[in-house]
Amino acid sequence: MNDVAAPAMGGLLQVDSVSIAFGGLKAVQNFSLSLPSGGLHGLIGPNGAGKTTAFNLLTGVYRPDTGSVHVAGKRVDGHKPHQIAHAGLARTFQNIRLFGELSVLDNVRLGCQMRQPHGMWTTILRSGGYVMTERSIDLRSHELLSIFGLGARAREQAKNLPYGDQRRLEIARALATSPKVLLLDEPAAGMNPQEKIELMKLIRFIREKFSIAILLIEHDMKLVMNVCERITVLDHGETIATGTPGEIQCNPKVIEAYLGEPG
Amino acid sequence: MVDVTDSRMADKKLNLHPRAWTAPLRALWPVMGALAIASLLYFVLAPRIGGFASDLLMNSGIAIILATSLTVVNGFTGQFSIGHAGFMSLGGYAAAAIVYYGSFRIFGDFDFHGGLISWSGAGAFGGPMVARGDLLFVGACLFGALAAALAGWIVGLPSLRLRGDYLAIVTLGFGEIVRVLIQGTPDQLDTTSTDPALTDLSFPKQIVHLGGALGFSGAPAYSTVFWIWLAVGITLAAIIRLKQSSYGRALLSVREDEVAAQAMGVNITKYKVRAFVFSAFFAGLAGALYAMKVGTINAGELAFQKSFDIVIMVVLGGLGSVSGAALAAVILTLLPELLRNPPDLWPWGLVIAAIVAMLITAFAPRKRGPLLTLIGICAGWELMRWTARWRGIDLSDYRMIIYALALIVMMIVRPQGLFGVREIWDYLPRSWQFWRGDSAIIVPPGAPA
Repeated sequence: MNDVAAPAMGGLLQVDSVSIAFGGLKAVQNFSLSLPSGGLHGLIGPNGAGKTTAFNLLTGVYRPDTGSVHVAGKRVDGHKPHQIAHAGLARTFQNIRLFGELSVLDNVRLGCQMRQPHGMWTTILRSGGYVMTERSIDLRSHELLSIFGLGARAREQAKNLPYGDQRRLEIARALATSPKVLLLDEPAAGMNPQEKIELMKLIRFIREKFSIAILLIEHDMKLVMNVCERITVLDHGETIATGTPGEIQCNPKVIEAYLGEPG
Repeated sequence: MVDVTDSRMADKKLNLHPRAWTAPLRALWPVMGALAIASLLYFVLAPRIGGFASDLLMNSGIAIILATSLTVVNGFTGQFSIGHAGFMSLGGYAAAAIVYYGSFRIFGDFDFHGGLISWSGAGAFGGPMVARGDLLFVGACLFGALAAALAGWIVGLPSLRLRGDYLAIVTLGFGEIVRVLIQGTPDQLDTTSTDPALTDLSFPKQIVHLGGALGFSGAPAYSTVFWIWLAVGITLAAIIRLKQSSYGRALLSVREDEVAAQAMGVNITKYKVRAFVFSAFFAGLAGALYAMKVGTINAGELAFQKSFDIVIMVVLGGLGSVSGAALAAVILTLLPELLRNPPDLWPWGLVIAAIVAMLITAFAPRKRGPLLTLIGICAGWELMRWTARWRGIDLSDYRMIIYALALIVMMIVRPQGLFGVREIWDYLPRSWQFWRGDSAIIVPPGAPA
C-alpha cells in the first residue's frame, strides 16, 4: 500500500495492483490501469474473468484487499460508493439498474442529485437557491435526454422503455453526475448489430462532447476493437495482456484464453 | 469539471433564480392555505355537522397525518417500519404531560385556559379567540413531535444495517418497548389525590409519573378540528414538497435500487435515517393532537395493532402515494363507523359516485379500471344492504368482518394500492398542474438524432 497522493505518471483514473479474494477465490489479482484524460480503454476477457468485479472494486461496491485507486489524484479505494461518485466516477450496470418505477426524467434528475446542496428545510420552504438549483437540474436533464434521443419519452416510466432505450438512459443518467471517468459495463449486451453500430457512434460522441475518459467492458470484439485505444485482457482474475487493439489481436496468450491451447 | 450545460448556464443569460421577494410567499402559502381550510372546517362545517361527525373529522385528520408520515419511510425509502404507534405514543405522552403539569405550574389548576380556536367543550364560549393556554398547547405539540423525532433518530440508526423483515422486527420491538415502559410508570400526580405521595408536583417527579397501565388523563383538551386540520395541511404540504424535490427523489431511489442510488452519489444511510426522523416527527405531532383531543392517552391503545392500522392505510393508498395514503386514511377511519348502520347510497352517495365517475372518464378515458372499481364498490355496498335487510341481519354485528373482507378484496383487485406510486393529480392533464416547477423541454443545438 503506498499512501502517496498520486503517482507521478498518474492518469485521470489510476489503478495500482488492486486485488480482492472471496475466500479462496482470487477474483481479481494485481489489476493495474492508467486511463488518461479523454482516453477510451477496453476491458475484455472470457466469462468469469473478473471484469465486473474489477468495476465493483473501482466504484466501491467491494473494498480492495490490496492496491490503490486514484481518481483525478484523489485516493478513493475503501471509500463508500457515493463518495466515489462524488469524486467523479460514474458507471452503468451489466444488468440494467434503472429506477424502474420513476419517470425517465426523474432517472436523469437523480443523476444530477449531487448538484443539489440544499437540505430538508430549504427544500420544504422552497428557498430561492433551492428553486434555482432545481431549475438548472431540470434544464440539464432535458438537455441530456434530448442528446440521447429520449426527450419525447421523458414522462414515461423507465421500466416501460424498450431495452435499447433503457441502456441509453442508463448512460445518460451516469453522465448527469458530471463524471470525470465513465465506466460502461457491457453496454452492447442484448443489442442487435444495427443498435451496436449506433452505440459505437454514441460512445465516440460522448467522449468528444463531454470530454471524459471511458472504461468499457464488452464482449463484442468488433465493437471493442473499433472504439478502444487500449485494451486490457483479464483471465481468471489476472491481467494477461495490455496493449492496442492490434497487439491484443495477435497476442498468443489472449488467443489461448479465448480459444483454448493449441492442440 | 465537465459540464453538459455548456453555454446557456455559464454565461448567466438564463437567470434561474426566482425574485427575492417571492421567497416568503413560496415558503408560507401552504401554511396560509392550511389556516384557511382549518378555519373553514372549524368555524363553518363543524358546528353544522354535530359532535359525532366532528369527532370523525378529527380522527380522519389524525389518521391522515399518521398515514402520510409513514409513507415517507414505508413508501419513499421502501423500509418496512411497523412501529409507528410507538412514535405516536411518545409524542402523545410528552404533550399530555407538558399540558397537564404545565397547566398546574402556570395557571395553578388543571382547567382549560385556551381561546376559542381550542374550545371543543359544550355550549357557547365567551372568551377571546386565542389565549395563553393555546401557546402552552402548541409548545407541547412541538415538544412531543421533537421527542418522537429524537426516538426516530435512535430507531433509524439500526436501519443502517438492517432491511426488510429484520428492520420490521426492530421497529415492532421499539413500539412494544415504548408501550411497556410507559405502562410501567407510576401513577399520575394530582393535588387532589388521596395518596399523600402523589400530591407533590415538584419537577423531576413529573417526568416519570405518567399514569402506568391506567393511562394518562385529566389534561385539559385543546385539540380541535382547527388545530388538527391545520396540522394536516402543514404535514401534507411538507411531505408533498419533499416528494417533488431532489430530496424526495433521493429517498425514492433508495427504495428503487440501493446500489444504483449510491452510484448516483446518494448517501443512502443518511437519507434512511432522515426519513425516519422526519416521519417520527409527524407521528409525534399526530400523537400529541390525539392525546389532547380529550386530554386522555393510554399506551395500551397504541400497541402494535395501531401500527398495523397505519401500515394498512399506507399499503391501501399505494406505497409512495401521499394523496393515496391520505384518502385511504379517511376511508379506513370512516368505514367502520359507516358499517355500524350502513347509510343508503341514495341520493348523496350516488351523486358523489357519479361525479367521481365523470372525472375518471373525463381525465382518464382509457383507464376503465378505476371506473369498474367504483361501480363494483357501489354495487357491493347496495347488495350488502339489501341482503341484510332481506335476511333481517344487523350489519353492525359483522362490521369488522366486512371491513376485513373489503381489505382482502381490495388487495386482490389492486395489489399496488389505490394509486400505486402516483398521486391523484397525476391523472389530471399536465397543463392543469400549475404547482409543478417543470421547465419547458429545451433541445440543444447539435444533438444527434
